[in-house]
Amino acid sequence: MDHTLESLEAEQHVGGGKKEIWRVTIILSVLTLVELALGFSMMDMPSDSLAKHFIKGVIIILMLAKAVYIVGFFMHLKHEVRNLIMTVCVPLFLFVWFIIAFLTDGNSFKNDKNKWDRNHEERSKEPMPKQDESTHKLE
Amino acid sequence: MPQHKFRSIMSTTVTTTTGSWKGGRSPFNVEYGKLMMWYFLMSDAFTFGAFLIAYGTTRFATNGWPNPNEVFRSYPLGGSTHAPLVFVSIMTFILIISSVTMVLAVHEGHNMNRKGVAKYLVLTIIGGLAFLSCQAWEWTHLHSEGAWWGSNPFPNADGTISTTNFTNFFFTITGFHGFHVFSGVVINIIMLIMVLKGTFDRRGHYLMVEKAGLYWHFVDLVWVFVFTCFYLV
Repeated sequence: MDHTLESLEAEQHVGGGKKEIWRVTIILSVLTLVELALGFSMMDMPSDSLAKHFIKGVIIILMLAKAVYIVGFFMHLKHEVRNLIMTVCVPLFLFVWFIIAFLTDGNSFKNDKNKWDRNHEERSKEPMPKQDESTHKLE
Repeated sequence: MPQHKFRSIMSTTVTTTTGSWKGGRSPFNVEYGKLMMWYFLMSDAFTFGAFLIAYGTTRFATNGWPNPNEVFRSYPLGGSTHAPLVFVSIMTFILIISSVTMVLAVHEGHNMNRKGVAKYLVLTIIGGLAFLSCQAWEWTHLHSEGAWWGSNPFPNADGTISTTNFTNFFFTITGFHGFHVFSGVVINIIMLIMVLKGTFDRRGHYLMVEKAGLYWHFVDLVWVFVFTCFYLV
C-alpha cells in the first residue's frame, strides 16, 4: 500500500525510549505541584497586589514549560525533522500578537467605558444581592 | 516503486539530488496521515487559542471578576467544604497519567507488542473516562448552585455584581475541551478494537496508534492551558 513506510519507520526510531518517558512524567508532575503550591500561596493576597501579579506570571511561565515538554517529548516533536518543527511552531507565533493586541484592547475598552460612562462604573461598584434560597440550592 | 529503490536509481543518474526538497525523498520524514494530524492539531490549537483569548479579553474589559477559589472549592461527598484547587488538581493528574499511559502504548507499538499496546490503551481509556466523570460531577455541582450559561450566582472577588461572562466562558471552553476528551476516548476505543483484532499486526506497524496518541496528548495539552486560565490565574 504505502511503500515509503518502511524507510520512514527506520529513520523515526530516534528518541530516549522508556527512560525519557519517566523523566518527562516526573518533570510534568513536579511542575504541576509547583503551580498548585503557588496557587495556594497567593490565595489570601489582595487581588491587586504586585506580588500576586508576579506569581501569576510565574504560573504562566510554568504552564508554557509544561506545554513544551508535552509537545516536545510526548508528542515526539523534538525528535522530528527540523522542517516539520518549524512548520508547526512558526505559525503559533501569531499568538504573541494575538494575546498582546486583544488583552490591551480589552483593557482600554474597560478604561474608556469607566471614563465616559460614569453610570456603568457606579453600577459595577454595587454589592451583589444575596441569592434567593428558594431558587438556588446554595450550601 | 519502493522509495529506496527509487533513490538508488536517482543516485546513479543524478548525483546532485541530496537536499530534502530536491525530490526522491520525504522532506518531513513522516507519513502523510501523521503530517495531516499535526496540521489538524495546529488548527485546533488556534480554535482553543481564540476561545481563551476571547475569555482573557472579556476579563480585561470587565470591572471585577469572580474569585475561582470561591467558585471551585468542592469535591464529591465533601459537603459544604472550602477546599479550593483540590478537585481540579486530581483531574489534572488523571489527565497527565493517562497521557503517560498513551506514550507507553505508542512505545509498545514500536516493539510490535500487541498485548502491551492493548494494556496501556485500556489504562488510557479508563483515565479518559475518569476525567469525564469528574467533569460531569463538577458541572452538575455548579448547576445545582445556580451556575449555567446565562446565569452566574457568584459575586466578584470584591463582592460586587458579576456578569454572566464568567459562567458563559467557563461552560463553553471546558465543554469544548470535554467534547475533545470524549472524542479522544472514542478514538482510543476504536484503536483498542483494531489492536485486539490484530489489524496492526497484519499491517506490520502501529502508526495509527501514534496518530491517536498525538490527538490524546493534544487534549492533555489544552487542559494545561484551561486549568491555568480558569482555576489558577
